[in-house]
Amino acid sequence: MGLLRYESQARPPLVDGNKDYHQVTEDICRPVEARPSKLWWIGFLVSVALLAFGILSVTMEVMYGVGQWNLNKTVGWGWDITNFVWWVGIGHAGTLISAILLLFRQGWRTGVNRAAEAMTIFAVMCAGQFPIWHMGRVWDAFFVLPYPNTRGPLWVNFNSPLLWDVFAISTYFTVSLLFWYSGLIPDLATLRDRAKQKWRKAFYGVAAFGWTGSTKHWQRHEALSLVLAGLSTPLVLSVHTIVSFDFATSVVPGWHTTIFPPYFVAGAIFSGFAMVQTLLVVTRKVLGLEEYITIEHIDVMNKVIVLTGSIVGIAYLTELFISWYGANEYENFAFMENRVNINSPYGWSYFIMMGCNVLSPQIFWIRKMRRNLLVTFFMSILVNIGMWFERFVIIVTSIYRDYLPSAWSTYYTPTIWEVGFYLGTFGLFFTCYFLFSKFFPVIALAEIKHILKRSGDGFKEKMDEIEQESASEFGEKHGHDHGA
Amino acid sequence: MAVKKFVTGNFYDEAVLFPAVKKVRRAGYKIHDVFTPFPIHGLDTAMGLRDTSLHTAGFVYGITGTATAVGFITWALTRDWPINFGGKPFFALPAWIPICFELTVLFAAVGMVLTFCYLCQLAPFVKKDHFNPRSTDDTFVMALECTDKTNESEAMNFLQSLGAVEVQVQYKETGWWLGRYDKDTKRFEKKEQAPEAVH
Repeated sequence: MGLLRYESQARPPLVDGNKDYHQVTEDICRPVEARPSKLWWIGFLVSVALLAFGILSVTMEVMYGVGQWNLNKTVGWGWDITNFVWWVGIGHAGTLISAILLLFRQGWRTGVNRAAEAMTIFAVMCAGQFPIWHMGRVWDAFFVLPYPNTRGPLWVNFNSPLLWDVFAISTYFTVSLLFWYSGLIPDLATLRDRAKQKWRKAFYGVAAFGWTGSTKHWQRHEALSLVLAGLSTPLVLSVHTIVSFDFATSVVPGWHTTIFPPYFVAGAIFSGFAMVQTLLVVTRKVLGLEEYITIEHIDVMNKVIVLTGSIVGIAYLTELFISWYGANEYENFAFMENRVNINSPYGWSYFIMMGCNVLSPQIFWIRKMRRNLLVTFFMSILVNIGMWFERFVIIVTSIYRDYLPSAWSTYYTPTIWEVGFYLGTFGLFFTCYFLFSKFFPVIALAEIKHILKRSGDGFKEKMDEIEQESASEFGEKHGHDHGA
Repeated sequence: MAVKKFVTGNFYDEAVLFPAVKKVRRAGYKIHDVFTPFPIHGLDTAMGLRDTSLHTAGFVYGITGTATAVGFITWALTRDWPINFGGKPFFALPAWIPICFELTVLFAAVGMVLTFCYLCQLAPFVKKDHFNPRSTDDTFVMALECTDKTNESEAMNFLQSLGAVEVQVQYKETGWWLGRYDKDTKRFEKKEQAPEAVH
């Protein structure tokens, strides 16, 4: 009649240090309840400074027009759309961890899902900035919504991939936010009930929505999480598929490929996991959560990185092969001249992309490297750079020299305001992340407690005894009790 | 508002809680609720709660989303103002799949979360009572609802004998925040013989 469910000894524990429920609460609430450290303040202020610079850059763009960015006749999508796709991609790992791994019943997701979901939301917020400010006349941004207007009403073009994007990104943001917050409610209630200061009681009292932990509520909560996970799984695949449609449905050589949707989704998960690693390797250290975000977690995520990195590699090679095999001279030119030819103006960017995304993750075939924090951190940065260049290569090298040689653009370099805008989104992202890590539990408390008696260090040891028992005895003692 | 009386007991281990729930129900007491810091699979069935229909609601919301998208786009692009986009048909269903899908997901997700909040009566600024603040930390708190016929000391002793600690009587004002479990809870039925009611 116990709830100790059997789990193979071969699986390492997911929570180290023989914890009980109360210790889990203490450990995870400690960083929230303690005063922020000096390191936190430094990080936070740097982020706010970056955000301020971003706001200045955007102000320049709004005041003087999109001309403030160095876009030219053919390169109409430069850094901004590159950054847009890059940020959206980063968001995907959060949904993968929280939704797809929930459906696959992967216990290790519990240690990292809260932070990864937060990352998703902040990344999508950053991504959304780019198409919005790229509109130039941003005060007319609401034109993308199908509202009854005085011009007919003239409806938006529902057949356009750019409009699909509007729906995809806004749905993705909304659903991710709901998923994240509904998961947070029970943990906020824990913080509320522990709160000593007045403002904390008030703040978490409002934020916890009056959660009590009633059995009926938990039953509904579980159903909600499961269905939201089921909805988010196809959603996350659709979002990057639709982003890839922005390119794939065009007739631009280099963009016009059917391989884009799966290739973009794999790339998105790849870059997203790299960002999760970047954040968590630092977070676990700074907040002292090494027993919850263990080397096991880092190891598993590195396996995902080598898998998705290799999928992306296959996609690059397939694309290259088809451009030759398809014998379309424009397609061929886009790949062989604009990209692979290292002496062409942007040839270098193709090789940065190949090196960072395809070659460097192969190091993770070695177990020792997967479990090395320094290597992991360094690699995660490398992958982030590589994936940024992937989008840069796709966008810029396809359009700076296409059908008409007379329209070939001169070398495109971004202006300080274009770069500043990008840095500003880093500011936004990290400002949000620092606030999140200060005011919310970065690890899903309830979910850790839920797996504690199966995968906790101290409980793992008891599995030995269970292994000796006969099957019928085991069922008798440890089976679920479904009613009388 | 009327004041209700509850006998509450704190359990430190799920393995003790499960048989206790069973025995309490068999003895004929009415479990108002069990408050736990994390979801415990099987506890809802043990308590005799019926399964939630939230999934069904989600499905209905999803279908509503699809219908809204298909209906609206069809109307806008074929009736209200048909526009010739590159000679393609006005009724271009394949091109609408992405938006129809997104709206399905959006409606289902938003609808389900709102329904969840409504059913559980969760909202900002809502304050509810859950008998013992430790139930959001590390223990499982069972609350038995007392009628005027219930002998509290007997109920308290009974809970103690089942492994509960910090057993006490608590008075609460009734109100919507205590939840509406009466409708949801099925009566405990013993297969062999009818239970002997305590009250």
